[in-house]
Amino acid sequence: MAEIRVEKLHKAFGEFVAVRESDFTVADGEFFVMLGPSGCGKTTTLRMIAGLELPTSGRILLGGEDVTFNRAAARDIAFVFQLFALYPHMNVRQNIGFPLKCEGMPRAEIRARVEETARFLRIDHLLSQPTSRLAGGDRQRVALGRAIVRRPKAFLMDEPLGTLDTEFRDLMVRELRELHMRIAATTVYVTHDQLEAMSMADKIAVMNRGDIEQFGTPQEIYDRPATMFVADFIGSPPMNFLAFRGSVEPGAASVGINGAIVDIPAPREARPEGDLALGVRPEHVRFDDGSKLRGTVFGTEYLGTTQIVTVTTAHGTVKARLPADIRAEAGETVGLSLRSERLTLFDGGSGRAIRTAQNEGTHHG
Amino acid sequence: MSKTTAHSVVAPTPTARRVSGAIVILYALITMIPLAWIVMTSFKTPPDSIAYPPKVLFEPSLEGYCNLFTTRSRQTPEYLESLPAPEPGCDAIVRSRNMVIAGPSNVIPRFTNSIIIAFGSTFLAVFLGTITAYAFSRFKVPFADDILFFILSTRFMPPIAVAIPIFLMYRAIGLSDTHLGMILLYTAVNVSLAVWLLKGFIDEIPREYEEAAMIDGYSRLHAFVKVVLPQAATGIAATAIFCLIFAWNEYAFAVLLTSGTAQTMPPFIPFIIGEGGQDWPAVAAATTLFLIPIFVFTILLRKHLLRGITFGAVRK
Repeated sequence: MAEIRVEKLHKAFGEFVAVRESDFTVADGEFFVMLGPSGCGKTTTLRMIAGLELPTSGRILLGGEDVTFNRAAARDIAFVFQLFALYPHMNVRQNIGFPLKCEGMPRAEIRARVEETARFLRIDHLLSQPTSRLAGGDRQRVALGRAIVRRPKAFLMDEPLGTLDTEFRDLMVRELRELHMRIAATTVYVTHDQLEAMSMADKIAVMNRGDIEQFGTPQEIYDRPATMFVADFIGSPPMNFLAFRGSVEPGAASVGINGAIVDIPAPREARPEGDLALGVRPEHVRFDDGSKLRGTVFGTEYLGTTQIVTVTTAHGTVKARLPADIRAEAGETVGLSLRSERLTLFDGGSGRAIRTAQNEGTHHG
Repeated sequence: MSKTTAHSVVAPTPTARRVSGAIVILYALITMIPLAWIVMTSFKTPPDSIAYPPKVLFEPSLEGYCNLFTTRSRQTPEYLESLPAPEPGCDAIVRSRNMVIAGPSNVIPRFTNSIIIAFGSTFLAVFLGTITAYAFSRFKVPFADDILFFILSTRFMPPIAVAIPIFLMYRAIGLSDTHLGMILLYTAVNVSLAVWLLKGFIDEIPREYEEAAMIDGYSRLHAFVKVVLPQAATGIAATAIFCLIFAWNEYAFAVLLTSGTAQTMPPFIPFIIGEGGQDWPAVAAATTLFLIPIFVFTILLRKHLLRGITFGAVRK
């Protein structure tokens, strides 16, 4: 196992920049997730780490060794593809043993290693089956088996749960996490599914249009988004933004939104008068008749223990996650109070979070 | 009360099934008639073969096959008298026509030529076609579309349109009437078809398979052999059959460019001359034997062929 370091990694296809000057380090044994919408460059980054794509510039270090221009075969990594890429003309045993055969390992040893791996993944009863007859989850396990049988330096996974149905996916998320705990392999995992990312990752990099918008633990990403893109991409429903004009002084205790004074975490930097946005997660919004921040209830979505109430305000739509027993009728005017210490201020122009007491130390990409 | 049975809107009704079955069988029978006639003629005696009205029932004879494989000379009755009694088989059949076997005919070398040239050119065309199609499918080839169109354009005109230039060229460089010359010619004609057919098949093989193999430590060539080829087997088989059928049956170039050492069966068969006219049973016998290799080859690959010629229609 090894640490993966990516330095100033850049990939352009002609005019189009797929990955822009990426920098990140995946520590040894870490489960690292690259998260982003399709076309954000996450798969390209992964393929460059794997050696399936050559970077335009930058370096990739695997366990301290510069492998930027090494052939894929020479990197000693394993890759799990979205469609698993199980060889259809081989059975499960041959599929798992395929990487070992390449190393020229003696047959008896391959047999032993394949069986050990299969037992580990609880697919030893499937060894003689053709891969075409396997169920989705079992295919996934065979693909994992082919990856771990070689004991590579790192695992790279490209949306490996993308084609599974929801039920299987939850199961596989648990299994993958459990597998990671048992073998503690450095893993780079690409997905567009925030739930997968949040539930499995030690560290997440949120990518957008070739840039890493934020790098951090799931908690950091959720609680202290570095940009409006991250805040909007993570969370269901995503963070609310209240747009307003104003200025920010370091150490100020509140901002005024159209006469309503909202307490905020103390800013650590100044912003002259301009477009700002106040970001608030739905669970940090409460009804408060005394508040001057008012809006009209647009509708409610009942979710069992909670409900999502959509409120239209002069500053944009706000979704509030409230206990299910609070009554909210459509058309009703309500006051909203926001949980001050969990608010994030964004610069409306750049979309970047303004540094405050709440989000100090957050890493931009 | 009438009894109605529910039946599926997509499954054919029993009547439809019977009618379509009958049509298929009828069509098969009609197309089989000339073939059956050829095989029947090969077992007739020369007089039976040209009898009018045509004989459907006849006494089978191996005379056609005997004549095909031998050259014979007519002898005087006195000479024939002086010979020891004929051995049963061809010797006896020939003797009954007042002739003796003078030696073997050219059919075996011609048949061998056909096999060498047809299979040789098929192998070359499929081999070149596979690697070319792979390159077009997987790599960024500059002007790929134009080059592919150019490759296809070699099929726009009938090959025979370039027969005279090729004839002159082959004579100048000494490829006339050589195995190599014919193999190269048929390969050149077939390779465009092979590239286009195989590109379709290889495009359908997800490149993740090779990528997985390459990450697992294989070189691209190795991954190609171990992973791509087995999955392209269907396409390769279908392509090989198409190429073989062309090379095996090709007549025009063979007539023009071969006369002796490299002559193939198609130009040889029509020139099987009997005594006092075309020896139809021998011609039919040659044709029957000529059909066998391609028949066997197709039967061997028929599983692939069925999936191959309907490629794209069904997703795996």
